[in-house]
Amino acid sequence: MSEFANAPRAATIAVLVENEPGILARVVGLFSGRGYNIDSLTVAPVDETGRISRITIVTSGTEMVIEQIKAQLDRLVPVHKVSDLTLEGPHLTRELALIKVVGKGELRMEALRLADAFRARVVDATVESFVFEMTGNADKIDAFCALMRPIGLVEVSRTGAVAIARGPRGIN
Amino acid sequence: MSAATKPASTEAALTMSGAEVVLRALKDNGVEVIFGYPGGAVLPIYDAIFQQNAIRHILVRHEQAAVHAAEGYARSTGKVGCVLVTSGPGATNAVTGLVDALLDSIPIVCLTGQVPTHLIGNDAFQEADTTGITRPATKHNYLVKKSEDLARVMHEAFYVAKSGRPGPVVVDLPKDILINKAPYSEAPKTEHRSYRPQTEPDAEQIRKAIALLKGAKKPIVYAGGGVINAGPEASRLLTDFVHMTGFPCTNTLMGLGAFSSDDKQFVGMLGMHGTYEANLAMHDCDVMLNIGARFDDRVTGRLNAFSPGSKKIHADIDPSSINKNVPVEVPIVGDAGRVLAALIEAWKADGQAQDKAALTAWWRQIDGWRGIDCLRYRQEGKIIKPQHAVKRLYEITRELGRETFISTEVGQHQMWAAQYFGFQKPNRWMTSGGLGTMGYGLPAAMGVQIAHPDALCIDIAGEASILMNIQEMGTLAQYRLPVKVFILNNEYMGMVRQWQELLHGGRYSESYSSALPDFVKLAESFHAKGIRVTDPADLDAGIREMIAYPGPVIADIAVAKDENCFPMIPSGAAHNEMILGPEQEGGVAGVTDEGKVLV
Ligand SMILES: Cc1cc2nc3c(=O)[nH]c(=O)nc-3n(C[C@H](O)[C@H](O)[C@H](O)COP(=O)(O)OP(=O)(O)OC[C@H]3O[C@@H](n4cnc5c(N)ncnc54)[C@H](O)[C@@H]3O)c2cc1C
Ligand SMILES: Cc1ncc(C[n+]2csc(CCOP(=O)(O)OP(=O)(O)O)c2C)c(N)n1
Ligand SMILES: [Mg+2]
Repeated sequence: MSEFANAPRAATIAVLVENEPGILARVVGLFSGRGYNIDSLTVAPVDETGRISRITIVTSGTEMVIEQIKAQLDRLVPVHKVSDLTLEGPHLTRELALIKVVGKGELRMEALRLADAFRARVVDATVESFVFEMTGNADKIDAFCALMRPIGLVEVSRTGAVAIARGPRGIN
Repeated sequence: MSAATKPASTEAALTMSGAEVVLRALKDNGVEVIFGYPGGAVLPIYDAIFQQNAIRHILVRHEQAAVHAAEGYARSTGKVGCVLVTSGPGATNAVTGLVDALLDSIPIVCLTGQVPTHLIGNDAFQEADTTGITRPATKHNYLVKKSEDLARVMHEAFYVAKSGRPGPVVVDLPKDILINKAPYSEAPKTEHRSYRPQTEPDAEQIRKAIALLKGAKKPIVYAGGGVINAGPEASRLLTDFVHMTGFPCTNTLMGLGAFSSDDKQFVGMLGMHGTYEANLAMHDCDVMLNIGARFDDRVTGRLNAFSPGSKKIHADIDPSSINKNVPVEVPIVGDAGRVLAALIEAWKADGQAQDKAALTAWWRQIDGWRGIDCLRYRQEGKIIKPQHAVKRLYEITRELGRETFISTEVGQHQMWAAQYFGFQKPNRWMTSGGLGTMGYGLPAAMGVQIAHPDALCIDIAGEASILMNIQEMGTLAQYRLPVKVFILNNEYMGMVRQWQELLHGGRYSESYSSALPDFVKLAESFHAKGIRVTDPADLDAGIREMIAYPGPVIADIAVAKDENCFPMIPSGAAHNEMILGPEQEGGVAGVTDEGKVLV
């Protein structure tokens, strides 16, 4: 039993699926129906024909729950492949965020300084607002938003995480 | 595309309507019978059915019953059961049956009508989001939006329903797709793009399992519905394996018949209403071989007290069944039949000797538990004990020697049927285990009788459950199906009453079956025979009369009203905390507060 530690862990799971109607509902319904967490979920077609989509799910649970989540995903008929990136070794996680900050005078300057430190790009500007674009892992975006809040953060739009294993090996 | 490379069949097939393509696909997938109920959206299929003879349509009286009938048909034959219902209410009525088949791993293909594609999403007449509603109720479902997909989807539906862990599949068919011409193609010979369940076990896992089993001092084989799903050959291999090892064997409710109840190595059903010896052997064993069972909560009792000292081997075709409730040392993914064949071979090839002395001591301990005689009851006085009614039914059918199939409704009578009716072969026992659907038994028996016209098909029923699909008496009459409904009439929702007695201070809230019909007259009004038995002295004659009658019968057996079903592991208790019946010594009573929140 020792291998099934009871402490929850985070898991980033990549799922290759047949790109057919209802597939996202199947995946999301599985999580809600069985009471699993979804911290984030992204999806887009990834092959040249547009037939295969890749879903990246960030979830958390005990080892036994994560094993269940993977087994449950894998038994969905349109699922080709389930890969637990967290378990399988080093991987990269990135998220894109668009962050709107409103302010004047010194606050504007402070916003730009912070954006520079975080390598956020200005993608829209008016005399009283900026929209910053940044990519990074969730922690970095969280930290940036936290700093912007007192300055004049008004809106955030985030993609959720996408992830890929490091090194030459492909998912298939 | 040049004329030479054009597939010849496509052009010819374009003379077929979608409805004809559907029927052709059914035929090519071996369907002989379809259970259904018509309506506007499926009229094109009904029209095609009218014009052919290959497939027989059985008109049920409610769509839920169509699915249960298909389940009975499937479970008793090993084939895929097939259902046809209309859009909207036809589809929603079928949902309970679909979930029932999902939880019990029964292969079903259910065709549902749908409004034409251009009206989908418009709240059209009798429109329901059938794929949305049935997504969590099926193994998989399809909405056919293009005529060129129709044949492929039909073939795929059968493949998905029966391969791997079987289950129900819905194909939602818009009316324009049924009317428009559609191309037909035969089932592809190639593998499915994404769904390829593993059936062959891993050799290394088999080796690990054998090492554990050979070294076992107190082993047990715990076999479930997966062995039935794997086909009769798997039951034969299970029997060989149990005989060659000398191990005790227990079956789940869904596994009854996988191993013969006559066999001296059979210790009975396990779980909440299982035998004392099966549950204590599970609790005390040192090596457990689970084959095709899913550690259901009705079986394990309190998880942290479940078989605490054992090493566990779990063979299952569905990886998600493994390590779901109970962590195991040796997981084996594969078909039960293939796993058993591999285990038998490896057992023979392995040089290590068994600890025969330990096994003998283990059997001595098990025989001690058997000595409690946990199913003993006393039939005396003028009131029929329900256990006795089932026992006599069993003994008389055995004496008559006819091929017999039993279905049940849900409740105490179901458990008494499991305890007192013995099964020597697989596929003879149909019960709603996972969902526990009252109203399952009559339509299931109907489906069995269609598949086995000369067999004796009996629904062991409760007076409350039987009313949930009683309209199917009409179907029995129409098709002259000689199904026997054997009601253990205790005038209570007995299982509910029992829990209220044990857990809720005897406050029998809404569990009395008031205003019951006169079942004899009810039978007669449906052109069947009605029999009522109230005196134990008349029981045998009543049973014989029921069996001898060539048509459908309702036998209404008045039984003790306050009888409880024992042994019982109360919710939240462990296997070694069973409540025994009044005839047995020992056992521990009491339901904890944590237990009360469980079902
Ligand atoms: C009132 C009531 C009381 C009940 N009390 C009890 C009780 O006392 N005892 C009891 O046992 N049950 C009881 N049940 C039934 C219980 O709820 C479960 O339905 C039952 O225990 C499950 O049986 P199973 O483990 O054999 O699994 P099934 O539901 O039959 O599942 C089969 C398993 O085998 C796998 N499988 C399928 N095909 C194959 C294959 N080809 N090869 C290998 N594996 C395969 C599946 O993936 C699945 O894991 C009760 C039900 C009711 C309604
Ligand atoms: C459709 C449905 N509704 C409710 C239940 C809950 N339930 C389980 S057993 C039972 C009572 C069954 O009574 P009866 O058919 O008379 O059988 P008995 O227990 O008396 O043998 C009920 C209501 C159920 N299993 N199925
Ligand atoms: Mg009753």
